[in-house]
Amino acid sequence: MATTDLSERPAKKLSAAATKRVLPGFGLSLGISLFFISLVLLLPISGLFIRAAGMGWEQFWFVITDPRVVASYKVTALAALAASLFNCVFGLLMAWVLVRYEFPGKRLLDAIMDLPFALPTAVAGITLATLFAENGWYGQYLADLGIEVAFTPLGIVVAMAFTSVPFVVRTVQPVLEELAPEDEEAAMSLGASDMTVFRKILFPALWPAVVTGGALSFARSLGEYGAVIFIAGNSPYISEVISLMIFVRLEEYDFPAASAIAAVVMTVSLLLLLAINVWQGRYLKRLHGG
Amino acid sequence: MKTRKHRRVGDSPLVRRTLIGLAVTLTVLLLFMPLVLIFVQAFTEGWAGYVSNILDEYTLHAIGLTLVVALLTVPLNLVFGVFLAWLVTRFRFPGRKLLATLIDIPFAVSPVVAGLLFLLLYGSNGWVGQWLGEYDIQLMFSWPGIVMVTVFVTCPFVARELIPLMQQQGREEEEAGVVLGASGWQLFRRVTLPNIRWALLYGVILTNARAVGEFGAVSVVSGNIRGETNTLPLQVELLYQDYNTAGAFAASSLLAGIALITLVVKAIVEWRQSRN
Repeated sequence: MATTDLSERPAKKLSAAATKRVLPGFGLSLGISLFFISLVLLLPISGLFIRAAGMGWEQFWFVITDPRVVASYKVTALAALAASLFNCVFGLLMAWVLVRYEFPGKRLLDAIMDLPFALPTAVAGITLATLFAENGWYGQYLADLGIEVAFTPLGIVVAMAFTSVPFVVRTVQPVLEELAPEDEEAAMSLGASDMTVFRKILFPALWPAVVTGGALSFARSLGEYGAVIFIAGNSPYISEVISLMIFVRLEEYDFPAASAIAAVVMTVSLLLLLAINVWQGRYLKRLHGG
Repeated sequence: MKTRKHRRVGDSPLVRRTLIGLAVTLTVLLLFMPLVLIFVQAFTEGWAGYVSNILDEYTLHAIGLTLVVALLTVPLNLVFGVFLAWLVTRFRFPGRKLLATLIDIPFAVSPVVAGLLFLLLYGSNGWVGQWLGEYDIQLMFSWPGIVMVTVFVTCPFVARELIPLMQQQGREEEEAGVVLGASGWQLFRRVTLPNIRWALLYGVILTNARAVGEFGAVSVVSGNIRGETNTLPLQVELLYQDYNTAGAFAASSLLAGIALITLVVKAIVEWRQSRN
Protein backbone atom coordinates (compact mmCIF):
# COMPACT_ATOMS: atom_id res chain seq x y z
CA MET A 1 0.00 0.00 0.00
CA ALA A 2 2.83 2.35 0.87
CA THR A 3 4.41 1.93 -2.54
CA THR A 4 1.25 2.80 -4.43
CA ASP A 5 0.85 5.90 -2.25
CA LEU A 6 4.34 7.03 -3.15
CA SER A 7 3.82 6.42 -6.83
CA GLU A 8 0.49 8.22 -6.90
CA ARG A 9 1.72 11.35 -5.14
CA PRO A 10 4.22 12.76 -7.65
CA ALA A 11 1.76 12.00 -10.45
CA LYS A 12 -0.87 14.12 -8.73
CA LYS A 13 1.53 17.02 -8.39
CA LEU A 14 2.23 17.11 -12.09
CA SER A 15 -0.46 18.81 -14.09
CA ALA A 16 -2.81 16.52 -16.02
CA ALA A 17 -1.34 17.75 -19.30
CA ALA A 18 2.19 16.88 -18.27
CA THR A 19 1.29 13.25 -17.44
CA LYS A 20 -0.59 12.94 -20.68
CA ARG A 21 2.50 13.82 -22.62
CA VAL A 22 4.70 11.11 -21.05
CA LEU A 23 2.82 7.99 -22.20
CA PRO A 24 1.54 7.59 -25.74
CA GLY A 25 -1.95 6.64 -26.85
CA PHE A 26 -4.19 9.06 -24.93
CA GLY A 27 -6.04 10.25 -28.01
CA LEU A 28 -6.34 6.80 -29.54
CA SER A 29 -7.54 5.04 -26.39
CA LEU A 30 -9.93 7.87 -25.52
CA GLY A 31 -11.33 7.80 -29.04
CA ILE A 32 -11.83 4.04 -29.15
CA SER A 33 -13.29 3.89 -25.63
CA LEU A 34 -15.73 6.74 -26.19
CA PHE A 35 -16.78 5.43 -29.59
CA PHE A 36 -17.36 1.94 -28.25
CA ILE A 37 -19.19 3.04 -25.08
CA SER A 38 -21.40 5.46 -27.02
CA LEU A 39 -22.31 2.94 -29.68
CA VAL A 40 -22.68 -0.18 -27.57
CA LEU A 41 -23.93 1.22 -24.24
CA LEU A 42 -25.21 4.78 -24.38
CA LEU A 43 -27.07 4.79 -27.70
CA PRO A 44 -29.24 1.73 -26.94
CA ILE A 45 -29.92 2.88 -23.36
CA SER A 46 -30.99 6.37 -24.37
CA GLY A 47 -33.10 4.77 -27.09
CA LEU A 48 -35.05 2.90 -24.41
CA PHE A 49 -35.69 6.01 -22.31
CA ILE A 50 -36.73 8.08 -25.32
CA ARG A 51 -39.14 5.32 -26.36
CA ALA A 52 -40.61 5.14 -22.87
CA ALA A 53 -40.84 8.95 -22.60
CA GLY A 54 -42.58 9.12 -25.97
CA MET A 55 -45.59 7.13 -24.82
CA GLY A 56 -47.03 9.77 -22.50
CA TRP A 57 -47.22 9.76 -18.74
CA GLU A 58 -50.72 8.37 -18.37
CA GLN A 59 -50.17 5.35 -20.57
CA PHE A 60 -46.74 4.79 -19.04
CA TRP A 61 -48.23 4.81 -15.54
CA PHE A 62 -51.09 2.54 -16.61
CA VAL A 63 -48.68 -0.02 -18.04
CA ILE A 64 -46.21 -0.09 -15.17
CA THR A 65 -48.95 -0.31 -12.48
CA ASP A 66 -50.81 -3.17 -14.13
CA PRO A 67 -51.66 -5.57 -11.25
CA ARG A 68 -49.87 -8.52 -12.86
CA VAL A 69 -46.74 -6.38 -13.34
CA VAL A 70 -46.93 -5.06 -9.77
CA ALA A 71 -47.17 -8.65 -8.51
CA SER A 72 -44.02 -9.48 -10.48
CA TYR A 73 -42.14 -6.52 -8.88
CA LYS A 74 -43.03 -7.93 -5.47
CA VAL A 75 -42.10 -11.51 -6.30
CA THR A 76 -38.78 -10.41 -7.82
CA ALA A 77 -37.82 -8.03 -5.01
CA LEU A 78 -38.74 -10.44 -2.20
CA ALA A 79 -37.01 -13.41 -3.83
CA ALA A 80 -33.90 -11.31 -4.56
CA LEU A 81 -33.86 -10.10 -0.96
CA ALA A 82 -34.14 -13.64 0.42
CA ALA A 83 -31.45 -14.89 -1.98
CA SER A 84 -29.00 -12.12 -1.10
CA LEU A 85 -29.60 -12.55 2.66
CA PHE A 86 -28.80 -16.24 2.25
CA ASN A 87 -25.66 -15.30 0.33
CA CYS A 88 -24.57 -12.82 3.02
CA VAL A 89 -24.53 -15.65 5.59
CA PHE A 90 -23.20 -18.32 3.24
CA GLY A 91 -20.62 -15.95 1.73
CA LEU A 92 -19.32 -14.86 5.13
CA LEU A 93 -19.02 -18.51 6.20
CA MET A 94 -17.19 -19.48 3.00
CA ALA A 95 -14.83 -16.49 3.13
CA TRP A 96 -14.04 -17.25 6.76
CA VAL A 97 -13.35 -20.93 6.17
CA LEU A 98 -11.27 -20.24 3.03
CA VAL A 99 -9.13 -17.55 4.68
CA ARG A 100 -8.75 -18.83 8.25
CA TYR A 101 -8.38 -22.59 7.96
CA GLU A 102 -6.13 -25.03 6.15
CA PHE A 103 -7.66 -28.35 5.14
CA PRO A 104 -7.44 -30.83 2.28
CA GLY A 105 -9.53 -29.84 -0.73
CA LYS A 106 -9.47 -26.15 0.15
CA ARG A 107 -8.19 -25.07 -3.27
CA LEU A 108 -10.97 -27.02 -4.97
CA LEU A 109 -13.56 -25.45 -2.70
CA ASP A 110 -12.15 -22.02 -3.49
CA ALA A 111 -12.16 -22.65 -7.24
CA ILE A 112 -15.72 -24.01 -7.38
CA MET A 113 -17.07 -20.82 -5.73
CA ASP A 114 -16.91 -19.12 -9.14
CA LEU A 115 -18.92 -21.82 -10.90
CA PRO A 116 -22.17 -19.78 -10.96
CA PHE A 117 -20.40 -17.01 -12.93
CA ALA A 118 -18.92 -19.43 -15.44
CA LEU A 119 -21.93 -21.71 -15.93
CA PRO A 120 -24.53 -20.45 -18.43
CA THR A 121 -27.74 -19.46 -16.67
CA ALA A 122 -29.92 -21.71 -18.84
CA VAL A 123 -27.81 -24.71 -17.84
CA ALA A 124 -28.08 -23.70 -14.18
CA GLY A 125 -31.84 -23.35 -14.68
CA ILE A 126 -32.53 -26.81 -16.09
CA THR A 127 -30.10 -28.37 -13.60
CA LEU A 128 -31.77 -26.82 -10.56
CA ALA A 129 -35.23 -27.62 -11.96
CA THR A 130 -34.18 -31.29 -12.34
CA LEU A 131 -32.61 -31.46 -8.87
CA PHE A 132 -35.68 -30.00 -7.17
CA ALA A 133 -38.33 -31.71 -9.30
CA GLU A 134 -40.73 -34.02 -7.43
CA ASN A 135 -38.68 -37.11 -8.34
CA GLY A 136 -35.33 -35.26 -8.42
CA TRP A 137 -32.30 -35.90 -6.19
CA TYR A 138 -33.36 -33.18 -3.73
CA GLY A 139 -37.04 -32.87 -4.56
CA GLN A 140 -37.99 -36.37 -3.40
CA TYR A 141 -36.60 -35.81 0.11
CA LEU A 142 -37.99 -32.31 0.39
CA ALA A 143 -41.41 -33.62 -0.68
CA ASP A 144 -41.36 -35.98 2.34
CA LEU A 145 -40.88 -32.93 4.52
CA GLY A 146 -43.73 -31.20 2.73
CA ILE A 147 -41.46 -28.61 1.09
CA GLU A 148 -42.06 -27.81 -2.56
CA VAL A 149 -39.36 -25.87 -4.36
CA ALA A 150 -39.85 -26.45 -8.08
CA PHE A 151 -42.60 -24.33 -9.64
CA THR A 152 -43.03 -22.19 -6.51
CA PRO A 153 -41.58 -18.80 -5.47
CA LEU A 154 -39.10 -20.75 -3.33
CA GLY A 155 -37.64 -22.10 -6.58
CA ILE A 156 -37.00 -18.50 -7.68
CA VAL A 157 -35.07 -17.88 -4.45
CA VAL A 158 -32.97 -21.03 -5.03
CA ALA A 159 -32.13 -20.01 -8.61
CA MET A 160 -31.23 -16.44 -7.61
CA ALA A 161 -29.15 -17.64 -4.66
CA PHE A 162 -27.23 -20.04 -6.90
CA THR A 163 -26.42 -17.52 -9.63
CA SER A 164 -25.15 -14.89 -7.16
CA VAL A 165 -23.09 -17.09 -4.81
CA PRO A 166 -19.66 -15.58 -5.65
CA PHE A 167 -20.44 -11.92 -4.83
CA VAL A 168 -20.23 -11.95 -1.01
CA VAL A 169 -17.46 -14.57 -0.86
CA ARG A 170 -15.26 -12.57 -3.23
CA THR A 171 -15.83 -9.18 -1.57
CA VAL A 172 -15.28 -10.44 2.00
CA GLN A 173 -12.28 -12.69 1.26
CA PRO A 174 -9.69 -9.93 0.54
CA VAL A 175 -10.85 -7.82 3.51
CA LEU A 176 -10.53 -10.78 5.85
CA GLU A 177 -7.08 -11.56 4.45
CA GLU A 178 -5.79 -8.03 5.07
CA LEU A 179 -7.24 -7.71 8.56
CA ALA A 180 -4.46 -7.04 11.09
CA PRO A 181 -4.46 -9.69 13.84
CA GLU A 182 -3.30 -7.43 16.75
CA ASP A 183 -6.67 -6.27 18.11
CA GLU A 184 -8.12 -9.74 17.82
CA GLU A 185 -5.17 -11.42 19.56
CA ALA A 186 -5.07 -8.79 22.29
CA ALA A 187 -8.76 -9.26 23.03
CA MET A 188 -8.40 -13.03 23.03
CA SER A 189 -5.41 -12.94 25.39
CA LEU A 190 -7.43 -10.71 27.76
CA GLY A 191 -9.88 -13.58 28.00
CA ALA A 192 -12.76 -12.42 25.79
CA SER A 193 -14.83 -15.22 24.27
CA ASP A 194 -14.74 -16.04 20.54
CA MET A 195 -18.24 -14.70 20.08
CA THR A 196 -17.49 -11.41 21.82
CA VAL A 197 -14.33 -10.80 19.82
CA PHE A 198 -16.13 -11.63 16.59
CA ARG A 199 -18.99 -9.29 17.43
CA LYS A 200 -16.90 -6.40 18.76
CA ILE A 201 -13.77 -6.52 16.61
CA LEU A 202 -14.14 -8.66 13.50
CA PHE A 203 -17.70 -7.95 12.43
CA PRO A 204 -17.33 -4.14 12.52
CA ALA A 205 -14.42 -4.53 10.09
CA LEU A 206 -16.20 -6.99 7.84
CA TRP A 207 -19.77 -5.76 7.53
CA PRO A 208 -19.16 -3.07 4.87
CA ALA A 209 -17.80 -5.78 2.58
CA VAL A 210 -20.73 -8.07 3.40
CA VAL A 211 -23.16 -5.25 2.54
CA THR A 212 -21.33 -4.53 -0.73
CA GLY A 213 -21.43 -8.18 -1.74
CA GLY A 214 -25.05 -8.49 -0.65
CA ALA A 215 -26.03 -5.43 -2.71
CA LEU A 216 -24.23 -6.79 -5.78
CA SER A 217 -25.98 -10.11 -5.29
CA PHE A 218 -29.34 -8.32 -4.92
CA ALA A 219 -28.80 -6.28 -8.10
CA ARG A 220 -27.85 -9.36 -10.06
CA SER A 221 -30.84 -11.32 -8.72
CA LEU A 222 -33.32 -8.59 -9.69
CA GLY A 223 -32.43 -9.10 -13.34
CA GLU A 224 -31.93 -12.86 -13.33
CA TYR A 225 -33.85 -14.61 -16.08
CA GLY A 226 -32.27 -17.78 -17.48
CA ALA A 227 -31.82 -19.67 -14.24
CA VAL A 228 -35.20 -18.60 -12.87
CA ILE A 229 -37.67 -19.36 -15.65
CA PHE A 230 -37.05 -23.11 -15.68
CA ILE A 231 -37.72 -23.62 -11.99
CA ALA A 232 -40.24 -20.84 -11.29
CA GLY A 233 -43.37 -22.34 -12.84
CA ASN A 234 -44.13 -18.83 -14.14
CA SER A 235 -47.76 -18.55 -13.04
CA PRO A 236 -49.15 -15.02 -13.29
CA TYR A 237 -49.40 -13.12 -9.95
CA ILE A 238 -47.51 -15.88 -8.10
CA SER A 239 -44.19 -16.82 -9.63
CA GLU A 240 -43.48 -14.47 -12.53
CA VAL A 241 -40.29 -12.42 -12.26
CA ILE A 242 -40.01 -8.96 -13.80
CA SER A 243 -37.64 -10.03 -16.59
CA LEU A 244 -40.15 -12.66 -17.66
CA MET A 245 -42.90 -10.01 -17.57
CA ILE A 246 -40.94 -7.95 -20.13
CA PHE A 247 -40.50 -11.06 -22.23
CA VAL A 248 -44.23 -11.84 -22.07
CA ARG A 249 -45.10 -8.31 -23.26
CA LEU A 250 -42.61 -8.70 -26.11
CA GLU A 251 -44.20 -11.95 -27.21
CA GLU A 252 -47.55 -10.14 -27.28
CA TYR A 253 -45.86 -7.60 -29.61
CA ASP A 254 -46.68 -4.95 -27.01
CA PHE A 255 -43.44 -3.01 -27.49
CA PRO A 256 -44.56 0.13 -25.60
CA ALA A 257 -45.45 -1.91 -22.49
CA ALA A 258 -42.21 -3.89 -22.67
CA SER A 259 -40.23 -0.64 -23.01
CA ALA A 260 -42.06 1.01 -20.11
CA ILE A 261 -41.43 -1.89 -17.73
CA ALA A 262 -37.85 -2.17 -18.96
CA ALA A 263 -37.34 1.57 -18.30
CA VAL A 264 -38.45 1.04 -14.69
CA VAL A 265 -36.12 -1.95 -14.28
CA MET A 266 -33.26 -0.08 -15.95
CA THR A 267 -33.72 2.96 -13.68
CA VAL A 268 -33.66 0.79 -10.56
CA SER A 269 -30.55 -1.06 -11.83
CA LEU A 270 -28.69 2.18 -12.59
CA LEU A 271 -29.59 3.69 -9.20
CA LEU A 272 -28.42 0.52 -7.45
CA LEU A 273 -25.17 0.56 -9.41
CA LEU A 274 -24.63 4.21 -8.46
CA ALA A 275 -25.41 3.53 -4.79
CA ILE A 276 -23.00 0.58 -4.69
CA ASN A 277 -20.28 2.69 -6.30
CA VAL A 278 -20.72 5.57 -3.84
CA TRP A 279 -20.82 3.11 -0.94
CA GLN A 280 -17.65 1.36 -2.11
CA GLY A 281 -15.88 4.72 -2.59
CA ARG A 282 -16.64 5.77 1.00
CA TYR A 283 -15.82 2.42 2.43
CA LEU A 284 -12.52 2.17 0.55
CA LYS A 285 -11.52 5.62 1.78
CA ARG A 286 -12.16 4.45 5.33
CA LEU A 287 -10.10 1.36 4.72
CA HIS A 288 -7.12 3.42 3.58
CA GLY A 289 -7.49 5.84 6.47
CA GLY A 290 -8.66 8.80 4.34
CA MET B 1 6.18 -15.53 13.39
CA LYS B 2 4.81 -15.92 16.88
CA THR B 3 1.21 -16.04 15.69
CA ARG B 4 0.99 -19.73 16.56
CA LYS B 5 1.22 -18.80 20.23
CA HIS B 6 -1.70 -16.37 20.07
CA ARG B 7 -5.17 -17.72 20.04
CA ARG B 8 -7.47 -16.27 17.38
CA VAL B 9 -11.23 -16.41 16.92
CA GLY B 10 -12.44 -19.84 15.79
CA ASP B 11 -9.21 -21.64 16.68
CA SER B 12 -10.78 -24.23 18.92
CA PRO B 13 -11.04 -27.62 17.20
CA LEU B 14 -14.79 -27.86 17.76
CA VAL B 15 -15.57 -24.52 16.09
CA ARG B 16 -13.05 -25.21 13.34
CA ARG B 17 -14.48 -28.61 12.49
CA THR B 18 -18.08 -27.43 12.64
CA LEU B 19 -17.47 -24.49 10.32
CA ILE B 20 -15.41 -26.47 7.80
CA GLY B 21 -17.98 -29.27 7.86
CA LEU B 22 -20.83 -26.85 7.32
CA ALA B 23 -19.01 -25.04 4.49
CA VAL B 24 -18.09 -28.25 2.71
CA THR B 25 -21.60 -29.74 3.06
CA LEU B 26 -23.32 -26.61 1.76
CA THR B 27 -20.87 -26.26 -1.15
CA VAL B 28 -21.33 -29.89 -2.13
CA LEU B 29 -25.12 -29.52 -2.07
CA LEU B 30 -25.25 -26.13 -3.74
CA LEU B 31 -22.41 -26.29 -6.28
CA PHE B 32 -20.91 -29.77 -6.71
CA MET B 33 -24.09 -31.80 -7.03
CA PRO B 34 -25.57 -29.62 -9.80
CA LEU B 35 -22.35 -30.13 -11.75
CA VAL B 36 -22.47 -33.90 -11.20
CA LEU B 37 -26.13 -33.99 -12.21
CA ILE B 38 -25.39 -32.36 -15.59
CA PHE B 39 -22.98 -35.14 -16.56
CA VAL B 40 -25.08 -37.96 -15.08
CA GLN B 41 -28.12 -36.77 -17.03
CA ALA B 42 -26.09 -36.28 -20.20
CA PHE B 43 -24.97 -39.92 -20.11
CA THR B 44 -28.31 -41.56 -19.14
CA GLU B 45 -28.43 -43.14 -22.59
CA GLY B 46 -24.82 -44.24 -22.42
CA TRP B 47 -21.84 -43.07 -24.44
CA ALA B 48 -23.48 -43.88 -27.80
CA GLY B 49 -26.61 -41.95 -26.81
CA TYR B 50 -24.47 -39.01 -25.73
CA VAL B 51 -22.61 -38.91 -29.03
CA SER B 52 -25.77 -39.16 -31.09
CA ASN B 53 -27.34 -36.35 -29.03
CA ILE B 54 -24.36 -34.11 -29.69
CA LEU B 55 -24.31 -35.03 -33.39
CA ASP B 56 -27.97 -34.08 -33.75
CA GLU B 57 -28.28 -31.80 -36.80
CA TYR B 58 -29.70 -28.82 -34.90
CA THR B 59 -27.37 -29.19 -31.92
CA LEU B 60 -24.36 -29.24 -34.26
CA HIS B 61 -25.64 -26.10 -35.97
CA ALA B 62 -26.11 -24.44 -32.59
CA ILE B 63 -22.54 -25.33 -31.64
CA GLY B 64 -21.28 -23.79 -34.90
CA LEU B 65 -23.28 -20.58 -34.46
CA THR B 66 -22.14 -20.26 -30.84
CA LEU B 67 -18.50 -20.59 -31.92
CA VAL B 68 -18.97 -17.89 -34.58
CA VAL B 69 -20.55 -15.55 -32.01
CA ALA B 70 -17.66 -16.12 -29.59
CA LEU B 71 -15.05 -15.68 -32.35
CA LEU B 72 -16.50 -12.28 -33.26
CA THR B 73 -17.28 -11.07 -29.75
CA VAL B 74 -14.13 -11.99 -27.86
CA PRO B 75 -11.53 -10.18 -30.06
CA LEU B 76 -13.71 -7.06 -30.20
CA ASN B 77 -14.07 -6.90 -26.42
CA LEU B 78 -10.41 -7.78 -25.97
CA VAL B 79 -9.29 -4.75 -27.99
CA PHE B 80 -11.83 -2.46 -26.34
CA GLY B 81 -10.98 -3.74 -22.84
CA VAL B 82 -7.26 -3.16 -23.27
CA PHE B 83 -7.72 0.37 -24.63
CA LEU B 84 -10.18 1.28 -21.87
CA ALA B 85 -7.90 -0.12 -19.16
CA TRP B 86 -4.93 1.77 -20.63
CA LEU B 87 -6.98 4.97 -20.73
CA VAL B 88 -8.29 4.91 -17.16
CA THR B 89 -5.13 3.64 -15.49
CA ARG B 90 -2.46 5.56 -17.41
CA PHE B 91 -4.00 9.02 -17.74
CA ARG B 92 -5.83 11.43 -15.46
CA PHE B 93 -8.59 13.42 -17.06
CA PRO B 94 -12.03 14.71 -16.08
CA GLY B 95 -14.68 12.00 -16.37
CA ARG B 96 -12.25 9.16 -15.72
CA LYS B 97 -14.27 7.77 -12.78
CA LEU B 98 -17.50 8.11 -14.74
CA LEU B 99 -16.04 6.08 -17.59
CA ALA B 100 -14.98 3.33 -15.19
CA THR B 101 -18.54 3.27 -13.77
CA LEU B 102 -20.26 3.26 -17.16
CA ILE B 103 -18.46 0.08 -18.08
CA ASP B 104 -20.20 -1.69 -15.16
CA ILE B 105 -23.67 -1.05 -16.62
CA PRO B 106 -23.94 -4.42 -18.42
CA PHE B 107 -23.36 -6.14 -15.05
CA ALA B 108 -26.32 -4.34 -13.54
CA VAL B 109 -28.76 -4.65 -16.44
CA SER B 110 -31.11 -7.61 -16.74
CA PRO B 111 -30.21 -9.65 -19.84
CA VAL B 112 -33.78 -9.40 -21.11
CA VAL B 113 -33.59 -5.60 -20.89
CA ALA B 114 -30.25 -5.75 -22.72
CA GLY B 115 -31.85 -7.69 -25.56
CA LEU B 116 -34.80 -5.30 -25.66
CA LEU B 117 -32.46 -2.27 -25.98
CA PHE B 118 -31.12 -3.63 -29.25
CA LEU B 119 -34.51 -4.79 -30.50
CA LEU B 120 -35.93 -1.29 -29.99
CA LEU B 121 -33.09 0.38 -31.86
CA TYR B 122 -32.35 -2.09 -34.64
CA GLY B 123 -35.69 -3.93 -34.96
CA SER B 124 -37.87 -3.41 -38.03
CA ASN B 125 -39.66 -0.43 -36.46
CA GLY B 126 -36.66 0.98 -34.59
CA TRP B 127 -34.86 4.16 -35.73
CA VAL B 128 -31.80 2.46 -37.12
CA GLY B 129 -33.71 -0.69 -38.10
CA GLN B 130 -36.14 1.20 -40.34
CA TRP B 131 -33.32 2.93 -42.13
CA LEU B 132 -31.40 -0.35 -42.58
CA GLY B 133 -34.63 -2.01 -43.75
CA GLU B 134 -34.67 0.27 -46.78
CA TYR B 135 -31.40 -1.34 -47.81
CA ASP B 136 -32.76 -4.83 -47.01
CA ILE B 137 -30.42 -5.25 -44.06
CA GLN B 138 -31.94 -7.15 -41.17
CA LEU B 139 -29.91 -7.33 -37.96
CA MET B 140 -32.49 -8.60 -35.49
CA PHE B 141 -33.68 -12.23 -35.51
CA SER B 142 -30.46 -13.17 -37.30
CA TRP B 143 -26.86 -13.73 -36.26
CA PRO B 144 -25.62 -10.10 -36.31
CA GLY B 145 -28.18 -9.22 -33.64
CA ILE B 146 -26.95 -12.11 -31.49
CA VAL B 147 -23.39 -10.86 -31.81
CA MET B 148 -24.42 -7.29 -30.93
CA VAL B 149 -26.19 -8.21 -27.68
CA THR B 150 -23.37 -10.58 -26.75
CA VAL B 151 -20.85 -7.76 -27.19
CA PHE B 152 -23.02 -5.61 -24.90
CA VAL B 153 -23.34 -8.25 -22.19
CA THR B 154 -19.65 -9.25 -22.15
CA CYS B 155 -17.90 -5.91 -22.71
CA PRO B 156 -16.91 -5.27 -19.05
CA PHE B 157 -14.97 -8.46 -18.38
CA VAL B 158 -11.54 -7.76 -19.90
CA ALA B 159 -11.42 -4.18 -18.60
CA ARG B 160 -12.62 -5.28 -15.13
CA GLU B 161 -9.79 -7.81 -14.86
CA LEU B 162 -7.12 -5.39 -16.12
CA ILE B 163 -7.99 -2.11 -14.37
CA PRO B 164 -7.23 -3.11 -10.74
CA LEU B 165 -4.01 -4.85 -11.76
CA MET B 166 -2.72 -2.02 -13.97
CA GLN B 167 -3.65 0.53 -11.29
CA GLN B 168 -1.65 -1.40 -8.74
CA GLN B 169 1.37 -1.77 -11.02
CA GLY B 170 1.57 1.95 -11.71
CA ARG B 171 3.05 3.55 -14.78
CA GLU B 172 6.75 3.92 -13.90
CA GLU B 173 7.90 1.01 -16.05
CA GLU B 174 6.11 2.35 -19.10
CA GLU B 175 7.39 5.86 -18.47
CA ALA B 176 10.91 4.48 -18.33
CA GLY B 177 10.23 2.74 -21.64
CA VAL B 178 9.19 6.04 -23.22
CA VAL B 179 12.31 7.78 -21.94
CA LEU B 180 14.37 5.00 -23.51
CA GLY B 181 12.66 5.71 -26.82
CA ALA B 182 10.13 2.88 -27.18
CA SER B 183 7.25 3.36 -29.59
CA GLY B 184 3.66 2.89 -28.42
CA TRP B 185 3.38 -0.64 -29.75
CA GLN B 186 6.83 -1.67 -28.45
CA LEU B 187 5.87 -0.26 -25.06
CA PHE B 188 2.70 -2.31 -24.93
CA ARG B 189 4.23 -5.51 -26.22
CA ARG B 190 7.49 -5.44 -24.27
CA VAL B 191 6.53 -3.69 -21.01
CA THR B 192 2.78 -3.77 -20.40
CA LEU B 193 1.80 -7.12 -21.90
CA PRO B 194 4.27 -9.27 -19.92
CA ASN B 195 2.91 -7.70 -16.72
CA ILE B 196 -0.77 -8.19 -17.48
CA ARG B 197 -0.78 -11.34 -19.60
CA TRP B 198 -2.29 -13.66 -16.98
CA ALA B 199 -5.07 -11.27 -16.02
CA LEU B 200 -5.66 -10.64 -19.72
CA LEU B 201 -5.89 -14.37 -20.36
CA TYR B 202 -8.44 -14.80 -17.59
CA GLY B 203 -10.42 -11.79 -18.87
CA VAL B 204 -10.54 -13.37 -22.33
CA ILE B 205 -11.55 -16.79 -20.99
CA LEU B 206 -14.29 -15.23 -18.87
CA THR B 207 -15.54 -13.16 -21.82
CA ASN B 208 -15.62 -16.35 -23.86
CA ALA B 209 -17.52 -18.28 -21.17
CA ARG B 210 -20.15 -15.57 -20.94
CA ALA B 211 -20.33 -15.16 -24.72
CA VAL B 212 -21.06 -18.83 -25.38
CA GLY B 213 -23.46 -19.00 -22.44
CA GLU B 214 -25.56 -15.84 -22.82
CA PHE B 215 -29.22 -16.75 -22.74
CA GLY B 216 -31.68 -13.98 -21.80
CA ALA B 217 -30.41 -11.24 -24.11
CA VAL B 218 -29.87 -13.62 -27.01
CA SER B 219 -33.32 -15.17 -26.69
CA VAL B 220 -34.92 -11.72 -27.13
CA VAL B 221 -33.16 -10.99 -30.42
CA SER B 222 -32.71 -14.47 -31.86
CA GLY B 223 -36.19 -15.42 -32.99
CA ASN B 224 -35.37 -19.04 -32.04
CA ILE B 225 -35.28 -20.45 -35.56
CA ARG B 226 -34.09 -24.05 -35.27
CA GLY B 227 -31.01 -24.70 -37.37
CA GLU B 228 -30.65 -20.97 -38.11
CA THR B 229 -30.53 -18.58 -35.16
CA ASN B 230 -30.35 -20.99 -32.24
CA THR B 231 -27.25 -20.73 -30.10
CA LEU B 232 -26.27 -23.56 -27.77
CA PRO B 233 -28.04 -22.20 -24.65
CA LEU B 234 -31.21 -21.64 -26.70
CA GLN B 235 -30.90 -25.17 -28.05
CA VAL B 236 -30.68 -26.41 -24.44
CA GLU B 237 -33.97 -24.64 -23.72
CA LEU B 238 -35.67 -26.04 -26.82
CA LEU B 239 -34.58 -29.62 -26.12
CA TYR B 240 -35.64 -29.31 -22.49
CA GLN B 241 -39.07 -28.02 -23.50
CA ASP B 242 -39.37 -30.91 -25.97
CA TYR B 243 -38.89 -33.28 -22.97
CA ASN B 244 -35.62 -34.45 -24.53
CA THR B 245 -33.81 -34.29 -21.19
CA ALA B 246 -30.81 -36.36 -22.26
CA GLY B 247 -30.33 -34.14 -25.33
CA ALA B 248 -30.66 -30.95 -23.28
CA PHE B 249 -28.10 -32.14 -20.74
CA ALA B 250 -25.75 -33.43 -23.45
CA ALA B 251 -25.70 -29.93 -24.94
CA SER B 252 -25.38 -28.52 -21.40
CA SER B 253 -22.39 -30.74 -20.70
CA LEU B 254 -20.43 -28.92 -23.43
CA LEU B 255 -21.22 -25.57 -21.80
CA ALA B 256 -20.40 -26.98 -18.36
CA GLY B 257 -17.08 -28.19 -19.80
CA ILE B 258 -16.27 -24.64 -20.92
CA ALA B 259 -17.22 -23.40 -17.45
CA LEU B 260 -14.86 -25.92 -15.83
CA ILE B 261 -12.00 -24.87 -18.13
CA THR B 262 -12.71 -21.26 -17.10
CA LEU B 263 -12.38 -22.20 -13.41
CA VAL B 264 -9.13 -24.09 -14.02
CA VAL B 265 -7.63 -21.12 -15.91
CA LYS B 266 -8.65 -18.81 -13.08
CA ALA B 267 -6.98 -21.05 -10.51
CA ILE B 268 -3.77 -21.13 -12.59
CA VAL B 269 -3.80 -17.35 -13.06
CA GLU B 270 -4.25 -16.74 -9.33
CA TRP B 271 -1.48 -19.19 -8.51
CA ARG B 272 0.84 -17.40 -10.97
CA GLN B 273 -0.01 -13.98 -9.56
CA SER B 274 0.49 -15.06 -5.96
CA ARG B 275 3.96 -16.35 -6.87
CA ASN B 276 4.99 -12.91 -8.17
